[in-house]
Amino acid sequence: MTSLAPSPEHGASDPLPSTAGGVQVDRTFRAIAFAAGLLVLAILALIAYTTTRNAWPAFTHQGLRFLTSRSWDPNQNQFGALDFIYGTMLTAVIAIGLAVPASLGIALFITELAPKRLGSAVTYVVDLLAAIPSVVYGFWALAVLTSPAADFYGHISDTLGRVPVLSSFFGGPASGASFMTAGVILAVMIIPIVTSLSREALATVAQDDKNGALAMGATRWEMLRVAVFPRVRSGLIGAAMLGLGRAMGETIAVALVIGSSHKVTTHLFRQGDTMASVIAHNFPEATDLHRAALIGLGVVLFAITIVVNMVARVVANRSSAMSGVRR
Amino acid sequence: MTVVTPPTPTDRDDPGAWILERAVSPRRRITNAFATTWMIGSLLLALVPVVVIATYVASRGASVMSLSFLTKNLPIVTQFAGGGIAPAIVGTLVITGFAALMAIPLGVLAAVYLNEYGRQNRIAKTIRFMADVMTGVPSIVMGLFVATIWVSAGLHFGYSGFAGSLALAALMLPIVIRSCEEMLKLVPDDLRQASDALGARRWRTVVSVAIPAALPGIVSGAMLAVARAAGETAPLLFTIGVTSKVHPDIFSGTNTTLSQEIWFNAQTPFAAAKDRAWGAALTLIVIVFVFTVVARIVSSRFASARR
Repeated sequence: MTSLAPSPEHGASDPLPSTAGGVQVDRTFRAIAFAAGLLVLAILALIAYTTTRNAWPAFTHQGLRFLTSRSWDPNQNQFGALDFIYGTMLTAVIAIGLAVPASLGIALFITELAPKRLGSAVTYVVDLLAAIPSVVYGFWALAVLTSPAADFYGHISDTLGRVPVLSSFFGGPASGASFMTAGVILAVMIIPIVTSLSREALATVAQDDKNGALAMGATRWEMLRVAVFPRVRSGLIGAAMLGLGRAMGETIAVALVIGSSHKVTTHLFRQGDTMASVIAHNFPEATDLHRAALIGLGVVLFAITIVVNMVARVVANRSSAMSGVRR
Repeated sequence: MTVVTPPTPTDRDDPGAWILERAVSPRRRITNAFATTWMIGSLLLALVPVVVIATYVASRGASVMSLSFLTKNLPIVTQFAGGGIAPAIVGTLVITGFAALMAIPLGVLAAVYLNEYGRQNRIAKTIRFMADVMTGVPSIVMGLFVATIWVSAGLHFGYSGFAGSLALAALMLPIVIRSCEEMLKLVPDDLRQASDALGARRWRTVVSVAIPAALPGIVSGAMLAVARAAGETAPLLFTIGVTSKVHPDIFSGTNTTLSQEIWFNAQTPFAAAKDRAWGAALTLIVIVFVFTVVARIVSSRFASARR
């Protein structure tokens, strides 16, 4: 960092006091930086404005039925998005159900179990999961995963399909491209972000607290339960919710493996659709009201993910603020 | 809880071992072993997809890889073999590159505002929070946003590579801001005060002290954002159109990218198209991995330099 020190000539050629030019440059620089910061707020506001405006014909045409109706038929100009909202929620919940336990396990492995070097190697490899593009996940799952998945689902639905209540979720006929396959792929895709946020939360626990628990004779698991989990609970909830937001917005991988059926059922092993996958498949060819309705799906998706992300950040920030006070 | 009998000092080689070896009830020991298995098991579970997908894409992609595959134009009819993916490679590089040219300077400036000027004032806190929230905006919404404001409504500029760059830049911006701000935060205040004491104005301090000190971290964060953008498909579907010829001019005319060619070809039933998609997938993964790995190397250099 030797290069950082200003050279002596600089002080001589640009004397400090009250040169109006210097003040001017300073103000301009600050204003430009400030404008760049405001850009974030401007873009978010513009997204909300232009998408809502373009979706408006569909919203006025359908009214509240846009959110509550199950019939989506572009030929009849009927646009009820409820099935796709359900599909988005279902795949995201499956993804979270699978990804959170796995991510927490990995985060604990890195922070509690592994020696430092192994831990950073593991972090590195998990981050590589995030480097694989969404479209490659989807293509791989479509080409490799769907046919063995169909057999596997078939076995499960043969067994669980006979149980009264479960049959409406696990009953056949099973399809390889389905909610479940989409959920599994989503789970793999959100593991990196949930892991890294969980790891950050876990890292805020003081070593002294853990040592205290161990000194009382706790096993490692008991130490985690007593000294670590209560302290990081909101951080972990925030991590899970951010994963949920990502899973709901993920488009391309889901669009390739969900089977794209407008007839959405509760069955986890059948084809369905999510808001994002409907937009991806239909937007390029859509015109007029259909197009407005697809943008409307985007507005709903935007609104839901913004709310989920805001709540998640508030929850996660609260945990880091709390641990900040403790130091 | 069972009463733990302290061990005799003589058989204590490892000061912690007695807890697990001797006085712990089977139930507690089994629970603990179960938890350990869970941690290791989840790790192995996460490793499986990386290895399986990487090897599968590599083997399928390698079978179509050749110099002409990388340098020829796309065939007009996708179902027949032949042709290459050169337009998609060029498109990915120029569209992502232009997005980086827009997002990185703006992101660094915004981070400078947050860390060097705004700090904890209310507007800075709001921007910081909304930048965090913006990282969670689905990429397809960014695509719809640019489509409605730039391409087919709003300004009606039509499909172009630049429209895709705009969407990717909007995706990258919050990532660059937050990673750059974290890096600026790591620059010790002593350096800023030393610069102040020499009479430098704030902008001077930022440009010649804070940013150079944080540069490796900023570069690595920016490269990770570029890597993420290079793999994106959804923001491009409604913004860049399609083309089969190499088209480096992103300001006019339609364009294409590797991710989009994978998306189109993967959905056809034709073997030749799928092979092409695997080749494109391998190329894309290599590009993204190179960016990711270089970013990691830069940031680990930075970490060791700081110590």
